Amino acid sequence: MTARIRVDPIACSGHGLCAELLPERIELDEWGYPIVDGEPIPPDLLAHAREAAAACPKLALRLTAERRA
Amino acid sequence: MSLPRLLAGVRDDRPLSLAEHLAIHGSAPAAGPELFDALDDAGLRGRGGASFPTGVKLRSVAARRGSKTVLVNGAEGEPMSSKDRVLLRCAPHLVLDGALAAAAAVGARAVVVAVPRDAPRALDALHGAVAERPDARHVTIAPVPVAYLAGEETALIRYLDGASLKPTTSPPLPFERGLRRRPTLVQNPETLAHLALILRHGSDWFREVGTLGHPGSAMVTVCGAVERPGVQEIALGSPLDNVLLHAGGPSDHLRAVLVGGFHGTWIPPAALPTVTLDDEGLAWHGASLAAGVVVALDVAACPVQEVAQTMAWLEGQSAHQCGPCSNGLPAIAGELARVAAGYDDGHGLARIERWGGLVARRGACRLPDGAVRFLRSALEVFPLEFAEHARRGPCRACARPLTLSVPASFSTVAA
Repeated sequence: MTARIRVDPIACSGHGLCAELLPERIELDEWGYPIVDGEPIPPDLLAHAREAAAACPKLALRLTAERRA
Repeated sequence: MSLPRLLAGVRDDRPLSLAEHLAIHGSAPAAGPELFDALDDAGLRGRGGASFPTGVKLRSVAARRGSKTVLVNGAEGEPMSSKDRVLLRCAPHLVLDGALAAAAAVGARAVVVAVPRDAPRALDALHGAVAERPDARHVTIAPVPVAYLAGEETALIRYLDGASLKPTTSPPLPFERGLRRRPTLVQNPETLAHLALILRHGSDWFREVGTLGHPGSAMVTVCGAVERPGVQEIALGSPLDNVLLHAGGPSDHLRAVLVGGFHGTWIPPAALPTVTLDDEGLAWHGASLAAGVVVALDVAACPVQEVAQTMAWLEGQSAHQCGPCSNGLPAIAGELARVAAGYDDGHGLARIERWGGLVARRGACRLPDGAVRFLRSALEVFPLEFAEHARRGPCRACARPLTLSVPASFSTVAA
C-alpha cells in the first residue's frame, strides 16, 4: 500500500491549513495554495497526512491509498 | 492512394453528398473489436491536441460496462484553427463514418457531435449528412459556445450535460464517467475521419504516408504572415518550409513560427529549415503538432505585444476555478502588460519566470500548462525583445494589428 496526497484544484480555495498540519510535504505558493509533490507518504507521516486531509474546510485534500501489484 | 486522403474530392462550395462520398471512398465494412488492433498497427494518435493513441482510448471505453456514448469534439477552441470545421463542412460523411464505426466497435449507442456555434456551414453540412443516411438515427448535433474551454473535454461534457462550460476534476476521466455520467469516447473529428479510412484500407495503407513514429496525414491550419493562409492536409513529417510554401510562402521575412497554436512553441528562424511537422521531429525543438496550427510571425510584428495580449486573452478564457487560473495567470498577464508598456521595476521578467513554474500541472485542466509553455518558449526565443520593452517601453510595432488574432465570435467569458 502506498499513500499519496492529492489536491482537488477546483475545490481548493487556499485556506492553507494543510501546510500547517503537514509542513514536511506541503508548502504554499505565494497566494496560499498548496504545492504537493505527489510522492508517497512515508509511514511516520501518515497520521499527520490524515489529519491534514480531515482538516481541509473544502474537503479538497485527499489521502489516496493504492495497492501496488 | 496519395494525398489528399481526408480532403479527397472535396469542393469548397458545398459538402460531399453521400453518393459522392461513397464514390470517392467506397463503403466501409462493419466495425468490430478487430478495429482496435488495426488502429494500434496504424499508429493513429488523436488529432485534437493531446496526440493520445486512438486504439488505446477505444479499448478503454470498450472495456467499460453499461451504455456508452461517442462524443465528437469538434468545438475547435483553438482560435486560429479551422481544420475541424473545414473537414466537417466539406466531408461530413467521412467524420460520421468514423464516429459510427467507433461507436459500433466500443459498443456505444449514442453519438453526439459538438460543433461551434459560429460554424454554420459545418452545422448545415452535418445536418444534411445525418438526414441522408439511415444509420445516423442516433446522432445528435450540438452547437456549442465559441470559447477556448469548449475544446477541453471535461468542460464540454459538463456544458452538454446542462451546466456551465467549466472543466471538472479528473479522475474520473470521460472514458470512466462522461456524458450523462456514462463512459464516453471523446474524439476529434479528424481522428475519426482517419479511423474511417483505416477501417476501409487497413493499417499498412495508413502508414504509406507519414513517419515511422507519427504515421499518416494530418490537417493543419497555416496562418499569419503567409500569402495564402488556410487548411492543408500534409504528410506527417513534412518539412515546415514546404508547408509554408504550400501556403504561398512567407509574405515577409519571418521572425519566428509558432507551432501548436496558443499552447504552442516558437521556432526561431535559424531552426526553420530543420523542422519537420511530426511529433518526433518537433520534439527536437521542444514542440508538438498539437491541433496543427502553424502561425508565421513576420519581422515587422512585435512578439512581446503578441505574447502579452495572447496571455491576457488566455487568462480571460480560463474558468478561474483553480489556483493557477485565479492567481497565477492573472498575475503573469498583469506583469507582462507592465513589461510590454515599459513600466517594469527591473524584476518583472524574473517574477514571470517564477510564476510560470508555479502554474504548471496544478490546475484541473491543461489550460494553465499550455499557456505557460507558450510563454516560456517566447521568453526563450525573444529574450532581447522582452528585455528591451521592460527597459524602454513600447516599440513602433506594438500598435500594429496582432498576428495572433482571435475571431470576434469568441465569447469573452467562458459561457
